[in-house]
Amino acid sequence: MTKRFELRVDRIRCDGRGLCAEILPERIRLDDWGYPIIAEGPIPDHLLPLAQRVVEDCPVLALGLRRVDSRTRSSR
Amino acid sequence: MNEARLLAGRDLAMGAEGIAEHVRRLGRMPAAGKSLIDLLARSGLTGRGGAAYPVGLKWRSVAAESHGSAVIVVNGAEGEPHSKKDRLLMTTRPHLILDGAFLAAAALRARQVILYIGEEHYAARQSMSRALAERTAEERRLVRIVAAPARYVAGNSSAAVHLINAGIATPTTTPPSSHERGVDGAPTLVQNVETLAHVAIIARTGQPTGTVLVTMAGGVNRPGVLEVKTGITVGEAVELAGGAPEAAQAVLVGGYFGQWIEAGQGWVLPVDPEALRAHGLTLGCGVIGVLPASRCAVCEVTGIMRYLANESSAQCGPCFFGLRALADACTRIAQRGTDPNDLLRLQRWASEVRGRGGCHHPDGAVMFLQSALKTFAGEFSHHPAHMRRSA
Amino acid sequence: MSTTVLWYATRGAGAVSLILLSSVVVLGILSALRVQAAGWPRFLTTGLHRNLALMTLVFLGLHIVTAVVDPFTHLGWLTAVVPFSSYYRTFWLGLGTIAFELLLAIVVTSLARPWLGHATWRLVHWLTYASWPIAVIHGLGTGTDTWSAWLFVLTALCIGAVLAAVAYRLMADSPDPLAEQRSVFQSAVERREPPR
Repeated sequence: MTKRFELRVDRIRCDGRGLCAEILPERIRLDDWGYPIIAEGPIPDHLLPLAQRVVEDCPVLALGLRRVDSRTRSSR
Repeated sequence: MNEARLLAGRDLAMGAEGIAEHVRRLGRMPAAGKSLIDLLARSGLTGRGGAAYPVGLKWRSVAAESHGSAVIVVNGAEGEPHSKKDRLLMTTRPHLILDGAFLAAAALRARQVILYIGEEHYAARQSMSRALAERTAEERRLVRIVAAPARYVAGNSSAAVHLINAGIATPTTTPPSSHERGVDGAPTLVQNVETLAHVAIIARTGQPTGTVLVTMAGGVNRPGVLEVKTGITVGEAVELAGGAPEAAQAVLVGGYFGQWIEAGQGWVLPVDPEALRAHGLTLGCGVIGVLPASRCAVCEVTGIMRYLANESSAQCGPCFFGLRALADACTRIAQRGTDPNDLLRLQRWASEVRGRGGCHHPDGAVMFLQSALKTFAGEFSHHPAHMRRSA
Repeated sequence: MSTTVLWYATRGAGAVSLILLSSVVVLGILSALRVQAAGWPRFLTTGLHRNLALMTLVFLGLHIVTAVVDPFTHLGWLTAVVPFSSYYRTFWLGLGTIAFELLLAIVVTSLARPWLGHATWRLVHWLTYASWPIAVIHGLGTGTDTWSAWLFVLTALCIGAVLAAVAYRLMADSPDPLAEQRSVFQSAVERREPPR
């Protein structure tokens, strides 16, 4: 069984730099003020490498990948 | 009404009940142990600070982490502007609260009890200090009083812990949460004063009081705190508060993080945390506001949105900018009249902001607004240009 | 290998290192300022910053190795890591060693950032503002007797670019739109001694 992951963001650390939306526009878009809106649900497998890149490249390390199991509630 | 009410005993106007009277009326504080936690879980008591989290569960999670190091934070900050119940309890029944706190300290093996009281709530602070002086030396040794800044967000649990630890009352998102590592890195229980007062009764009688404290506000003849039987209707609570001098158009249940209901439906709602949850509503901090028909709903909502936007701790973009934009759009509608673009923006921003803050401040504000847009749909879509704000 | 070739290699690699390091500093400042344009996404600025930093280490490595291996300089491998331990141009070479080690610390902590966390990484990263000027002074000091016009111009351009970027950073407002609001709010919720 392959592991599924979802992106989580620390909302206080995030300060709207927007690299995440540039790297993974399929799952992240910016609101009117430049802060990320993350699509709910686990990340499709083919996008996982980009999701890992997003986590590494965030200048303030606000993003993380969390393993999804049936008990996890998704958030944006 | 039976003696197990929180506000039973001497007339509230006579001030704080001293320890002698308290013990005479209710008996000595019982010993506490793990059995108290089970008792609380069975009683179904939920928190009375706003989130209505089951008390037994909360205590269990702290107990699991505590090895004699736990900290109890008695949350009397009462940041909600219209709420007065916590201050009333602190100024009239301080020993109920202290009993609850010391029972928690014993059950959770805590070495510290912190009374977190609003910095401007002088009477409450004085009353709690005096009551503390009447307790045993052993109990007094555990306690210190910390002043909560007079801002809305200061009552938030993680903000309280943050203030105690680092001197700034802003909410935090850094894991782990306070029940694992809170004050000084110890497992911490943050509990509202009314909840602790209920604990003091349940520990003695084995039964919940069957009552809740509410603050009646707005268009009622006698605004203020009432202790009502759980399950009476909002309409009955209004009658207990002297009735409404004029017909009401809507009720706000749960204060600024609550929901608006059109008066007809609102009047028959049960004042009961669990029953309200089944309706998708919340009793929250217990504020029930009645909006008279003569008031302008849009202007009232706008004033509250402006307040909530200003109370954002500005740590998260979606909350700070989003609530500000929502409040500005409401202000434009209030002052210049309805513009369909503003209505669309309100809907869009509300759904985008929700869930994207570090704490629940934006969620509370957005749900408040969304309930207003639904309840006052007509008023919002046809508002003329004026700005009438009540005091 | 002819000592002249080695000597030219050392100087060449040193010059390239200086250009690369200066670009890295400028790109770092542009990243912090969140500079962005149509067709130039922010991740490009940070990506270039990172890749050029790694390239800098490569050329620095070349610069150091060719210098140590060159029999004319009588440098041992120790001088690459212990500052002021050479007989040849002790002071200026020592500066080079320091600049190199600071840069190494910065790069290593950057690579290990996911494990070290943001706060530690940021603290060490400030050392850039020590590493770059020390590297420049090292270059000026070790090259004084063999200066050529192109090296002088190159160094001047690098210094100019970095100084311009630093000036820009000092004059610009905080790029974080919440910075001011956050501190205003925080002073409103700081612990105060309650009145008696």
